[in-house]
Amino acid sequence: MTRFLSGLARLRRGPWEMVASIAIGLGVVMLMQPFFLAAFTWSFLVLLTGTVLFIVVSHFPEDR
Amino acid sequence: MTDTAMGRVAEATPPGVARRIRGLSDRAIAWIFVAPTIFLLLAVNIFPLIWTIRLSFTNFRANRPNAEVESVGLRNYQRILTDADVWATMQATAHFLFWTLFFQVLLGFALAWLINRKFRHSDLWTTIIVLPMMLSPAVVGNFWTFLYQPQIGLFNYAVEFLTGVPATSFSMIGEVSLAPWAIVIVDTWMWTPFVMLICLAGLRSIPESIYEAAECDRASPWRQFWTITVPMVLPFLMLAVLFRGIENFKMFDLVVQLTGGGPGNTTTLTSIDLKREAFEKWRTGYSSAYAIVLFVTVFGLASIYVKALNKVKER
Repeated sequence: MTRFLSGLARLRRGPWEMVASIAIGLGVVMLMQPFFLAAFTWSFLVLLTGTVLFIVVSHFPEDR
Repeated sequence: MTDTAMGRVAEATPPGVARRIRGLSDRAIAWIFVAPTIFLLLAVNIFPLIWTIRLSFTNFRANRPNAEVESVGLRNYQRILTDADVWATMQATAHFLFWTLFFQVLLGFALAWLINRKFRHSDLWTTIIVLPMMLSPAVVGNFWTFLYQPQIGLFNYAVEFLTGVPATSFSMIGEVSLAPWAIVIVDTWMWTPFVMLICLAGLRSIPESIYEAAECDRASPWRQFWTITVPMVLPFLMLAVLFRGIENFKMFDLVVQLTGGGPGNTTTLTSIDLKREAFEKWRTGYSSAYAIVLFVTVFGLASIYVKALNKVKER
Protein backbone atom coordinates (compact mmCIF):
# COMPACT_ATOMS: atom_id res chain seq x y z
CA MET A 1 0.00 0.00 0.00
CA THR A 2 2.84 2.37 0.90
CA ARG A 3 4.55 1.51 -2.38
CA PHE A 4 1.33 2.21 -4.26
CA LEU A 5 0.86 5.61 -2.56
CA SER A 6 4.50 6.54 -3.10
CA GLY A 7 4.11 5.57 -6.79
CA LEU A 8 1.11 7.90 -7.03
CA ALA A 9 3.05 10.72 -5.40
CA ARG A 10 6.05 10.22 -7.70
CA LEU A 11 3.75 10.05 -10.78
CA ARG A 12 4.68 6.45 -11.75
CA ARG A 13 2.85 4.63 -14.51
CA GLY A 14 1.82 1.42 -12.67
CA PRO A 15 -0.22 2.88 -9.78
CA TRP A 16 -1.77 5.60 -11.91
CA GLU A 17 -2.81 3.08 -14.57
CA MET A 18 -4.42 1.08 -11.78
CA VAL A 19 -6.42 4.17 -10.69
CA ALA A 20 -7.48 4.85 -14.30
CA SER A 21 -8.46 1.19 -14.82
CA ILE A 22 -10.59 1.22 -11.67
CA ALA A 23 -12.33 4.40 -12.89
CA ILE A 24 -13.03 2.81 -16.30
CA GLY A 25 -14.31 -0.41 -14.71
CA LEU A 26 -16.50 1.53 -12.30
CA GLY A 27 -17.83 3.66 -15.19
CA VAL A 28 -18.80 0.59 -17.22
CA VAL A 29 -20.53 -1.03 -14.24
CA MET A 30 -22.41 2.24 -13.56
CA LEU A 31 -23.40 2.47 -17.23
CA MET A 32 -24.83 -1.03 -17.45
CA GLN A 33 -26.20 -1.75 -13.95
CA PRO A 34 -29.99 -2.07 -13.65
CA PHE A 35 -30.44 -0.56 -10.16
CA PHE A 36 -29.86 3.22 -9.98
CA LEU A 37 -30.62 5.73 -12.73
CA ALA A 38 -28.39 8.27 -10.93
CA ALA A 39 -25.39 5.94 -11.31
CA PHE A 40 -26.18 5.63 -15.04
CA THR A 41 -26.32 9.42 -15.33
CA TRP A 42 -22.86 9.90 -13.81
CA SER A 43 -21.31 6.86 -15.51
CA PHE A 44 -20.12 8.68 -18.63
CA LEU A 45 -18.25 11.28 -16.60
CA VAL A 46 -16.46 8.57 -14.61
CA LEU A 47 -15.74 6.59 -17.80
CA LEU A 48 -14.43 9.61 -19.68
CA THR A 49 -12.25 10.68 -16.74
CA GLY A 50 -10.82 7.16 -16.48
CA THR A 51 -10.15 6.89 -20.20
CA VAL A 52 -8.47 10.30 -20.51
CA LEU A 53 -6.47 9.57 -17.35
CA PHE A 54 -5.40 6.23 -18.81
CA ILE A 55 -4.14 7.87 -22.00
CA VAL A 56 -2.23 10.52 -20.01
CA VAL A 57 -0.69 8.22 -17.39
CA SER A 58 0.45 5.65 -19.96
CA HIS A 59 3.15 8.24 -20.77
CA PHE A 60 4.39 8.37 -17.17
CA PRO A 61 7.74 6.67 -16.40
CA GLU A 62 7.77 3.05 -15.20
CA ASP A 63 8.62 2.33 -11.55
CA ARG A 64 12.01 0.62 -11.31
CA MET B 1 20.99 -6.19 -63.35
CA THR B 2 18.78 -5.42 -66.37
CA ASP B 3 17.42 -9.00 -66.30
CA THR B 4 15.74 -8.58 -62.93
CA ALA B 5 12.44 -6.76 -62.36
CA MET B 6 14.20 -4.21 -60.14
CA GLY B 7 16.70 -3.55 -62.89
CA ARG B 8 13.96 -3.00 -65.43
CA VAL B 9 12.19 -0.55 -63.06
CA ALA B 10 15.50 1.31 -62.48
CA GLU B 11 16.08 1.55 -66.23
CA ALA B 12 12.52 2.75 -66.90
CA THR B 13 12.71 5.49 -64.20
CA PRO B 14 13.33 8.87 -65.87
CA PRO B 15 16.80 10.23 -64.94
CA GLY B 16 15.31 13.36 -63.34
CA VAL B 17 13.09 11.36 -60.97
CA ALA B 18 15.94 8.94 -60.14
CA ARG B 19 18.20 11.87 -59.25
CA ARG B 20 15.54 13.37 -56.99
CA ILE B 21 14.93 10.02 -55.16
CA ARG B 22 18.70 9.49 -54.70
CA GLY B 23 18.86 12.88 -53.00
CA LEU B 24 16.28 11.91 -50.32
CA SER B 25 17.18 10.56 -46.92
CA ASP B 26 15.89 7.13 -45.72
CA ARG B 27 13.52 8.91 -43.34
CA ALA B 28 12.02 10.98 -46.18
CA ILE B 29 11.54 7.89 -48.34
CA ALA B 30 9.88 6.11 -45.39
CA TRP B 31 7.51 9.08 -44.98
CA ILE B 32 6.63 8.94 -48.70
CA PHE B 33 5.61 5.30 -48.32
CA VAL B 34 3.68 5.83 -45.07
CA ALA B 35 1.97 9.08 -46.10
CA PRO B 36 -0.91 7.52 -48.13
CA THR B 37 -1.86 5.29 -45.17
CA ILE B 38 -1.71 8.21 -42.72
CA PHE B 39 -3.78 10.30 -45.10
CA LEU B 40 -6.41 7.53 -45.39
CA LEU B 41 -6.47 7.09 -41.59
CA LEU B 42 -6.98 10.81 -41.08
CA ALA B 43 -9.66 11.01 -43.76
CA VAL B 44 -11.59 7.86 -42.85
CA ASN B 45 -11.12 7.59 -39.06
CA ILE B 46 -9.86 10.75 -37.40
CA PHE B 47 -11.78 13.39 -39.35
CA PRO B 48 -15.20 11.67 -38.91
CA LEU B 49 -14.45 11.24 -35.20
CA ILE B 50 -13.66 14.93 -34.72
CA TRP B 51 -16.70 15.86 -36.83
CA THR B 52 -18.94 13.58 -34.73
CA ILE B 53 -17.64 15.19 -31.52
CA ARG B 54 -18.40 18.60 -33.00
CA LEU B 55 -21.93 17.55 -34.10
CA SER B 56 -22.66 16.07 -30.67
CA PHE B 57 -22.80 19.60 -29.25
CA THR B 58 -25.33 20.80 -31.86
CA ASN B 59 -28.97 20.20 -32.83
CA PHE B 60 -28.01 19.30 -36.42
CA ARG B 61 -30.43 17.08 -38.36
CA ALA B 62 -29.08 15.39 -41.47
CA ASN B 63 -32.51 15.43 -43.19
CA ARG B 64 -32.59 19.25 -42.89
CA PRO B 65 -29.15 20.26 -44.16
CA ASN B 66 -30.20 23.85 -44.84
CA ALA B 67 -31.71 24.49 -41.40
CA GLU B 68 -29.73 26.66 -39.03
CA VAL B 69 -27.49 24.63 -36.74
CA GLU B 70 -27.44 25.79 -33.12
CA SER B 71 -25.01 24.87 -30.41
CA VAL B 72 -26.79 23.09 -27.54
CA GLY B 73 -23.81 22.58 -25.26
CA LEU B 74 -24.01 19.40 -23.22
CA ARG B 75 -27.80 19.04 -23.61
CA ASN B 76 -27.55 15.99 -25.93
CA TYR B 77 -25.36 14.16 -23.41
CA GLN B 78 -27.67 15.21 -20.58
CA ARG B 79 -30.71 13.82 -22.41
CA ILE B 80 -29.00 10.51 -23.21
CA LEU B 81 -27.73 9.97 -19.69
CA THR B 82 -31.09 10.69 -18.03
CA ASP B 83 -33.18 8.70 -20.51
CA ALA B 84 -34.64 5.50 -18.98
CA ASP B 85 -35.01 3.96 -22.48
CA VAL B 86 -31.30 4.38 -23.23
CA TRP B 87 -30.57 2.91 -19.82
CA ALA B 88 -32.74 -0.13 -20.66
CA THR B 89 -30.90 -0.46 -23.97
CA MET B 90 -27.57 -0.49 -22.12
CA GLN B 91 -28.85 -3.25 -19.87
CA ALA B 92 -30.01 -5.30 -22.86
CA THR B 93 -26.54 -4.85 -24.39
CA ALA B 94 -24.86 -5.85 -21.12
CA HIS B 95 -27.00 -9.01 -20.91
CA PHE B 96 -26.20 -9.91 -24.52
CA LEU B 97 -22.48 -9.13 -24.11
CA PHE B 98 -21.99 -11.01 -20.85
CA TRP B 99 -23.81 -14.21 -21.79
CA THR B 100 -22.51 -14.48 -25.36
CA LEU B 101 -18.92 -14.07 -24.13
CA PHE B 102 -19.51 -16.54 -21.30
CA PHE B 103 -20.95 -19.28 -23.52
CA GLN B 104 -18.57 -18.65 -26.42
CA VAL B 105 -15.48 -18.89 -24.20
CA LEU B 106 -16.78 -21.96 -22.41
CA LEU B 107 -17.89 -23.86 -25.51
CA GLY B 108 -15.09 -22.55 -27.73
CA PHE B 109 -12.42 -23.71 -25.30
CA ALA B 110 -14.13 -27.07 -24.75
CA LEU B 111 -14.43 -27.68 -28.51
CA ALA B 112 -10.80 -26.66 -29.10
CA TRP B 113 -9.67 -28.99 -26.34
CA LEU B 114 -11.62 -31.88 -27.90
CA ILE B 115 -10.46 -31.13 -31.45
CA ASN B 116 -6.86 -30.87 -30.26
CA ARG B 117 -6.98 -34.52 -29.21
CA LYS B 118 -6.22 -36.08 -32.58
CA PHE B 119 -8.93 -38.51 -33.64
CA ARG B 120 -10.26 -39.93 -36.89
CA HIS B 121 -11.73 -37.26 -39.21
CA SER B 122 -10.84 -34.46 -36.76
CA ASP B 123 -10.08 -32.13 -39.70
CA LEU B 124 -13.50 -32.82 -41.19
CA TRP B 125 -15.15 -32.03 -37.84
CA THR B 126 -13.18 -28.80 -37.57
CA THR B 127 -14.47 -27.73 -41.00
CA ILE B 128 -18.06 -28.61 -40.05
CA ILE B 129 -17.84 -26.73 -36.73
CA VAL B 130 -16.38 -23.64 -38.43
CA LEU B 131 -19.19 -23.45 -41.05
CA PRO B 132 -21.61 -21.15 -39.10
CA MET B 133 -18.93 -18.48 -38.84
CA MET B 134 -18.63 -18.31 -42.62
CA LEU B 135 -22.31 -17.49 -43.16
CA SER B 136 -23.66 -13.98 -43.53
CA PRO B 137 -25.26 -12.67 -40.29
CA ALA B 138 -28.32 -11.60 -42.30
CA VAL B 139 -28.77 -15.17 -43.60
CA VAL B 140 -28.22 -16.65 -40.13
CA GLY B 141 -30.75 -14.24 -38.62
CA ASN B 142 -33.26 -15.11 -41.32
CA PHE B 143 -33.06 -18.88 -41.04
CA TRP B 144 -33.04 -18.83 -37.23
CA THR B 145 -36.37 -16.97 -37.35
CA PHE B 146 -37.70 -20.07 -39.12
CA LEU B 147 -36.03 -22.39 -36.60
CA TYR B 148 -37.67 -20.40 -33.77
CA GLN B 149 -41.18 -20.58 -35.31
CA PRO B 150 -43.52 -22.11 -32.69
CA GLN B 151 -45.50 -24.11 -35.30
CA ILE B 152 -42.85 -25.29 -37.73
CA GLY B 153 -39.52 -24.43 -36.05
CA LEU B 154 -37.08 -27.26 -35.40
CA PHE B 155 -35.75 -25.51 -32.27
CA ASN B 156 -39.11 -25.68 -30.49
CA TYR B 157 -39.49 -29.35 -31.39
CA ALA B 158 -35.98 -30.09 -30.09
CA VAL B 159 -36.92 -28.39 -26.80
CA GLU B 160 -40.14 -30.42 -26.68
CA PHE B 161 -38.18 -33.62 -27.32
CA LEU B 162 -35.65 -32.83 -24.56
CA THR B 163 -37.86 -31.26 -21.89
CA GLY B 164 -41.44 -32.26 -22.67
CA VAL B 165 -42.57 -28.62 -22.94
CA PRO B 166 -45.06 -28.47 -25.88
CA ALA B 167 -43.42 -26.88 -28.96
CA THR B 168 -46.35 -24.59 -29.72
CA SER B 169 -46.60 -23.28 -26.14
CA PHE B 170 -43.71 -20.80 -26.41
CA SER B 171 -42.17 -18.44 -28.93
CA MET B 172 -38.47 -17.74 -28.54
CA ILE B 173 -38.54 -14.43 -30.40
CA GLY B 174 -42.04 -13.37 -29.43
CA GLU B 175 -41.83 -13.48 -25.64
CA VAL B 176 -40.25 -10.78 -23.50
CA SER B 177 -38.50 -13.26 -21.20
CA LEU B 178 -37.17 -15.51 -23.98
CA ALA B 179 -36.17 -13.08 -26.75
CA PRO B 180 -32.93 -11.89 -25.04
CA TRP B 181 -31.88 -15.55 -24.77
CA ALA B 182 -32.86 -16.22 -28.39
CA ILE B 183 -30.28 -13.72 -29.65
CA VAL B 184 -27.67 -15.08 -27.20
CA ILE B 185 -28.20 -18.62 -28.55
CA VAL B 186 -27.84 -17.57 -32.20
CA ASP B 187 -24.74 -15.44 -31.63
CA THR B 188 -23.18 -18.26 -29.60
CA TRP B 189 -23.99 -20.75 -32.35
CA MET B 190 -22.45 -18.49 -34.97
CA TRP B 191 -19.31 -17.25 -33.21
CA THR B 192 -18.23 -20.10 -30.91
CA PRO B 193 -16.17 -21.54 -33.82
CA PHE B 194 -14.16 -18.29 -33.94
CA VAL B 195 -13.21 -18.62 -30.26
CA MET B 196 -12.54 -22.31 -30.86
CA LEU B 197 -10.08 -21.55 -33.69
CA ILE B 198 -8.14 -19.04 -31.57
CA CYS B 199 -8.04 -21.46 -28.61
CA LEU B 200 -6.93 -24.24 -30.95
CA ALA B 201 -4.02 -22.08 -32.12
CA GLY B 202 -3.11 -21.54 -28.45
CA LEU B 203 -3.35 -25.24 -27.61
CA ARG B 204 -1.22 -26.23 -30.61
CA SER B 205 1.46 -23.70 -29.62
CA ILE B 206 2.14 -25.49 -26.30
CA PRO B 207 5.30 -27.62 -26.69
CA GLU B 208 4.74 -31.32 -25.99
CA SER B 209 7.94 -31.37 -23.92
CA ILE B 210 6.24 -29.35 -21.14
CA TYR B 211 3.60 -32.07 -20.70
CA GLU B 212 6.30 -34.75 -20.82
CA ALA B 213 8.25 -32.96 -18.07
CA ALA B 214 5.05 -32.63 -16.01
CA GLU B 215 4.40 -36.36 -16.42
CA CYS B 216 7.94 -37.13 -15.26
CA ASP B 217 7.10 -35.08 -12.14
CA ARG B 218 3.94 -37.22 -11.75
CA ALA B 219 1.58 -34.27 -12.24
CA SER B 220 -2.02 -35.46 -12.65
CA PRO B 221 -3.92 -34.63 -15.88
CA TRP B 222 -6.09 -32.21 -13.83
CA ARG B 223 -3.00 -30.40 -12.51
CA GLN B 224 -1.44 -30.34 -15.99
CA PHE B 225 -4.63 -28.75 -17.30
CA TRP B 226 -4.69 -25.97 -14.67
CA THR B 227 -0.95 -25.25 -14.48
CA ILE B 228 0.08 -25.70 -18.13
CA THR B 229 -2.88 -25.66 -20.53
CA VAL B 230 -4.98 -22.85 -19.04
CA PRO B 231 -2.14 -20.33 -18.37
CA MET B 232 -0.61 -20.89 -21.81
CA VAL B 233 -3.93 -20.55 -23.65
CA LEU B 234 -5.03 -17.55 -21.56
CA PRO B 235 -3.48 -14.82 -23.80
CA PHE B 236 -5.22 -16.36 -26.83
CA LEU B 237 -8.48 -16.63 -24.94
CA MET B 238 -8.23 -13.01 -23.83
CA LEU B 239 -7.61 -11.95 -27.41
CA ALA B 240 -10.73 -13.84 -28.51
CA VAL B 241 -12.75 -12.15 -25.74
CA LEU B 242 -11.44 -8.74 -26.84
CA PHE B 243 -12.41 -9.33 -30.48
CA ARG B 244 -15.81 -10.81 -29.66
CA GLY B 245 -16.50 -8.20 -26.96
CA ILE B 246 -15.94 -5.29 -29.33
CA GLU B 247 -17.89 -7.01 -32.12
CA ASN B 248 -20.83 -7.84 -29.86
CA PHE B 249 -20.93 -4.36 -28.38
CA LYS B 250 -21.77 -3.07 -31.86
CA MET B 251 -23.88 -6.08 -32.89
CA PHE B 252 -26.58 -4.99 -35.33
CA ASP B 253 -27.41 -7.10 -38.39
CA LEU B 254 -28.04 -10.45 -36.71
CA VAL B 255 -30.39 -9.04 -34.07
CA VAL B 256 -32.25 -6.81 -36.54
CA GLN B 257 -32.92 -9.83 -38.75
CA LEU B 258 -33.95 -12.00 -35.82
CA THR B 259 -36.11 -9.82 -33.61
CA GLY B 260 -35.91 -6.28 -35.01
CA GLY B 261 -35.23 -5.16 -31.44
CA GLY B 262 -38.53 -6.57 -30.12
CA PRO B 263 -40.75 -7.64 -28.53
CA GLY B 264 -41.14 -4.11 -27.19
CA ASN B 265 -37.57 -2.96 -26.64
CA THR B 266 -36.26 -6.11 -24.95
CA THR B 267 -33.64 -6.88 -27.60
CA THR B 268 -32.94 -3.32 -28.70
CA LEU B 269 -29.18 -3.16 -28.39
CA THR B 270 -27.34 0.18 -28.36
CA SER B 271 -26.35 -0.07 -32.04
CA ILE B 272 -29.99 -0.62 -33.07
CA ASP B 273 -31.15 2.28 -30.91
CA LEU B 274 -28.40 4.48 -32.33
CA LYS B 275 -29.36 3.63 -35.90
CA ARG B 276 -33.01 4.51 -35.16
CA GLU B 277 -32.04 7.83 -33.63
CA ALA B 278 -29.69 8.69 -36.51
CA PHE B 279 -31.54 7.42 -39.59
CA GLU B 280 -35.21 7.05 -38.61
CA LYS B 281 -35.70 10.02 -36.27
CA TRP B 282 -32.88 11.97 -37.96
CA ARG B 283 -31.60 13.42 -34.66
CA THR B 284 -28.02 13.62 -35.90
CA GLY B 285 -26.65 15.77 -33.06
CA TYR B 286 -28.23 13.56 -30.41
CA SER B 287 -27.07 10.34 -32.11
CA SER B 288 -23.54 11.77 -32.46
CA ALA B 289 -23.45 12.25 -28.68
CA TYR B 290 -24.81 8.69 -28.29
CA ALA B 291 -22.04 7.39 -30.57
CA ILE B 292 -19.40 9.23 -28.53
CA VAL B 293 -20.71 7.64 -25.31
CA LEU B 294 -20.41 4.19 -26.91
CA PHE B 295 -16.99 5.00 -28.37
CA VAL B 296 -15.59 6.08 -24.99
CA THR B 297 -17.02 2.91 -23.40
CA VAL B 298 -15.40 0.59 -25.95
CA PHE B 299 -12.15 2.58 -25.98
CA GLY B 300 -11.87 2.55 -22.18
CA LEU B 301 -12.66 -1.15 -21.93
CA ALA B 302 -10.24 -2.02 -24.73
CA SER B 303 -7.46 0.02 -23.05
CA ILE B 304 -7.61 -1.84 -19.74
CA TYR B 305 -8.10 -5.12 -21.54
CA VAL B 306 -5.00 -4.65 -23.70
CA LYS B 307 -3.04 -3.75 -20.55
CA ALA B 308 -4.23 -6.98 -18.87
CA LEU B 309 -3.37 -8.95 -22.02
CA ASN B 310 0.18 -7.58 -22.04
CA LYS B 311 0.59 -8.50 -18.37
CA VAL B 312 -0.54 -12.07 -19.05
CA LYS B 313 1.86 -12.30 -22.01
CA GLU B 314 4.77 -11.05 -19.86
CA ARG B 315 4.25 -13.80 -17.28
